[in-house]
Amino acid sequence: MSQLWEYAPAPESRDIANLKPAYKMFVDGEFVEGSGEPLKTINPGTEEVLAEVSTASPSDVDTAVKVARRAYDRVWGKMPGTERAKYIYRIARLIQERSRELAVLESLDNGKPIKESRDVDVPTAAAHFFYHAGWADKLSYAGYGPDPRPLGVAGQVIPWNFPLLMAAWKIAPALATGNTVVLKPAETTPLTALVLAEIIQQADLPPGVVNILPGAGDTGAALVGHADVDKVAFTGSTEVGKLIQSQLAGTGKKLTLELGGKAANIVFDDAPVDQAVEGIVNGIFFNQGHVCCAGSRLLLQESIAEEFLEKLRIRVSTLRVGDPLDKNTDVGAINSREQLTKIQELAAAGEAEGAERWTSACPLPDKGFYFAPTVFSGVSQAMRIAREEIFGPVLSVLTFRTPDEAVAKANNTPYGLSAGIWTDKGSRILWAAQKMRAGVVWANTFNRFDPTAPFGGYQESGFGREGGRAGLEAYLDV
Amino acid sequence: MSENRIAVAKTYKLYIGGKFPRSESARSYPVTDSKGAFLANAAQGSRKDARDAVSAARKAFAGWSGATAYNRGQVLYRVAEVLEGRREQFAAEVSAAEGIGVKKAQALVDAAIDRWVWYAGWTDKIAAVLGSSNPVAGPYFSFSTPEPTGVVAVLAPQRSSLLGLVSVVAPVIASGNTAVVVTSEDRPLPAITLSEVLATSDLPGGVVNLLTGRTAEIAPWLASHADVNALDLTGAPDALRADLERSAAGTVKRVLRTRAGEDFTAEPDTSRLRAYLETKTVWHPTGV
Amino acid sequence: MWAIDTAISMVDLTTLEGADTAGKVRSLAAKARRPDPDRGEVPKVAAVCVYPDMVATAKAELEGTGVHVASVATAFPSGRSIMAVKLADTRYAVEQGADEIDMVIDRGAFLSGNYGAVFDEIRQVKEACGAAHLKVILETGELATYDNVRRASWLALLAGGDFIKTSTGKVAPAATLPVTHVMLQAVRDWHRQTGELRGVKPAGGIRSTKDAIKYLVAVHEVAGPEWLTADLFRFGASTLLNDLLMQRRTQLDGHYSGPDYVTVD
Repeated sequence: MSQLWEYAPAPESRDIANLKPAYKMFVDGEFVEGSGEPLKTINPGTEEVLAEVSTASPSDVDTAVKVARRAYDRVWGKMPGTERAKYIYRIARLIQERSRELAVLESLDNGKPIKESRDVDVPTAAAHFFYHAGWADKLSYAGYGPDPRPLGVAGQVIPWNFPLLMAAWKIAPALATGNTVVLKPAETTPLTALVLAEIIQQADLPPGVVNILPGAGDTGAALVGHADVDKVAFTGSTEVGKLIQSQLAGTGKKLTLELGGKAANIVFDDAPVDQAVEGIVNGIFFNQGHVCCAGSRLLLQESIAEEFLEKLRIRVSTLRVGDPLDKNTDVGAINSREQLTKIQELAAAGEAEGAERWTSACPLPDKGFYFAPTVFSGVSQAMRIAREEIFGPVLSVLTFRTPDEAVAKANNTPYGLSAGIWTDKGSRILWAAQKMRAGVVWANTFNRFDPTAPFGGYQESGFGREGGRAGLEAYLDV
Repeated sequence: MSENRIAVAKTYKLYIGGKFPRSESARSYPVTDSKGAFLANAAQGSRKDARDAVSAARKAFAGWSGATAYNRGQVLYRVAEVLEGRREQFAAEVSAAEGIGVKKAQALVDAAIDRWVWYAGWTDKIAAVLGSSNPVAGPYFSFSTPEPTGVVAVLAPQRSSLLGLVSVVAPVIASGNTAVVVTSEDRPLPAITLSEVLATSDLPGGVVNLLTGRTAEIAPWLASHADVNALDLTGAPDALRADLERSAAGTVKRVLRTRAGEDFTAEPDTSRLRAYLETKTVWHPTGV
Repeated sequence: MWAIDTAISMVDLTTLEGADTAGKVRSLAAKARRPDPDRGEVPKVAAVCVYPDMVATAKAELEGTGVHVASVATAFPSGRSIMAVKLADTRYAVEQGADEIDMVIDRGAFLSGNYGAVFDEIRQVKEACGAAHLKVILETGELATYDNVRRASWLALLAGGDFIKTSTGKVAPAATLPVTHVMLQAVRDWHRQTGELRGVKPAGGIRSTKDAIKYLVAVHEVAGPEWLTADLFRFGASTLLNDLLMQRRTQLDGHYSGPDYVTVD
């Protein structure tokens, strides 16, 4: 194999992010100090502190919910859909206008490669607002009756893997359906949500309609447990999702959960091999594998397994790991030391349980949280690395003999978020897609997202959908 | 026929996997009419009966969810046909169970028959009404289709012994789910007679399983069962509702928390169908 | 819990399909080493049972884990071949690393009263086994009567079988509780007469934890408590293990488990 070309670094300037030394929470249309302990958010690519961020105490949560309630009762809940729509369109446009700033800031705070924040996260966030804006005055056509009503105040808690995009997935449908919002971004990635708050201010959204409260898990617990919240939406781990569902038992609050996954990517022996290799690589190494729907289990038909693995390793060895702001970077930084430790622990378990480990020899930066792309082969369903969500750039490769066996193994998990199918045979694609117990099935592609396409899981991957007509149900009293 | 003929009394049993077993616990409990007169002994289902019912429902799921919507529609319509033929018997049982006049009971039975017909018609329309083709911004064909959630545990309404029961069970199975139903505790007899109708209506064994007994005893085992995908709390005792929901959270079950006092004579909407459906979105690239 | 864990430790996790591949055997071996990936405290199974050509694959995966590799041999499952082939089959499996050989008796010879031939065959296979343990499959479903089972058991014990095993799993009925009873009586009597401890392995058809526990009770009551070890009692099974794991979870978690929480291998 020829030497990898060393491209000159092509970093985005971090000045574009307009990074400020301190960020405040956003309540009632204003940026105010929270009374919680301020947190320092760091750049996982360098471990340097980016900014200090104020956090919300339970009393701040209470204030924000009251404000959101008032905004719902007096303004937003009564506003005609045609008017709500125009506010949401404004937000979409402002995200587009400030896209470069948002992309750089996202990569700084999260560690994801700039080409992903620039080409996926930010544009898809804008698209979500644009799509949902159009629904605001067309809800009576959505199939939920002649005049579906909003729920009231939505408490939303989002993860650190797609900070801005998840905020968009949560806020856009809530606003379109006439709810008001109190949103808590993740502890390690609060910055882009607070710039989104600036955008919401610039859009002149009525005060209190959207409130953004940084904080840790206790802030989230205070928010979802608040008595005056009508609707809770959570994206994050299955473990926390269960706690929330349990916490809300008996309260009558409407709940939607988008939780973990352990997706199988099935490659049949007639798959277009090179296309499949690209898709598998994208499926697990996109966003450092910090993706709930990541294709973390690769199921190869035994007859092609060796040949396919070889091609896969060659392709993975060409991935560039490094500075998230460098436009050449394919795999950026792991979001936190805690997550890095978890990935290391599970990878060690894979070795201990007898799977064969291959790790890309790519150089890693000296500072920051990095994990070289890793492929485990000889994995069996009875290994932890085939059962547990690793949430990192680690692929577990299993084999199968027949289509039925592939389906049985793919579905043999308490999760059910996504799945991948690779074959050139149309009837087999449709057969396998039908058999998958998963909310999203990608055939001959992977990790595609669009506001018009509902997303969400079966079983312990959660319930409720985000996106599309189906996604509206989560925010309507129907 | 002799005036003094002694009637043949019926033994009411459970309905699990298409068969009519007694409770493995060998227990029964007396069922009375609304005035307290003895009607029959009903089997008092146990947690192991519930477990067996879940196994039966799981086993039936692949076949029932894989059946064509047309086929499911015909089976549900067949249930209505067979029920129609036993109107008198059901009217008598509902009248005894609910303490209402036969005429009123007759109206409820008619409504129950019509409800089967209504849901029978839905089986092959759900996908068109709730599914979608998604106009994604890229060279892909993307579509979304509703699919059954899996095994649904249903706590049937305590008061409405037949119409209520049909109203909660039919939407579960119309879309291809299978059901484990805990019947009304004090008014279980119409439910067991309904299972005789189900057993003779081409409904595959295990698609609907009916357990009579103490709701408060059986429900917690269903709420916590890891092989149950969804839970309908309609007939849950008030004191138990929050606990059942907490148990259900252990495996992220879908929980239908119907408000108490649902009027089953009212025209239904799609909400009970939607409660046990998953949306699956499929993507494929387009190109030459 | 004790009963479930004991039963798990007695399982010969088996795959005997024409469709077996190296991948299938490897994944079964992983299951044998760590039956429940979420719960490391679950005991390993006793052995993985495969066809001779899969022994090397299984051995490579299980070397040093304490899980034995068992191989069927002697023209399994019918046993219809010439002696030379049966012995070569056995020697090959042993060379490949099998710790245990599961042979089938010549039922045709047995049913036609040619007990000497059956005896000689077991003797020769035992010799070919060398250090490997020999399990003698009687295929009780084809022997038809309890008298025959008892007679065949005794023949196998006399000829040096370390274990007597009910079935290949390819004939119905496979293992049944009454037949296992008879075989347990045989090893009990053998022990009384010779002082030697020989084992029993019911195989095929035992699918539920409840069944497994019934067998353990029979072992305890008929043969005796010293047989409650994987050295002297085994379950030949492929699906039993998952039911044991599910029931184990049910006991520990206080609620019923489901098939998605145990692995398909």
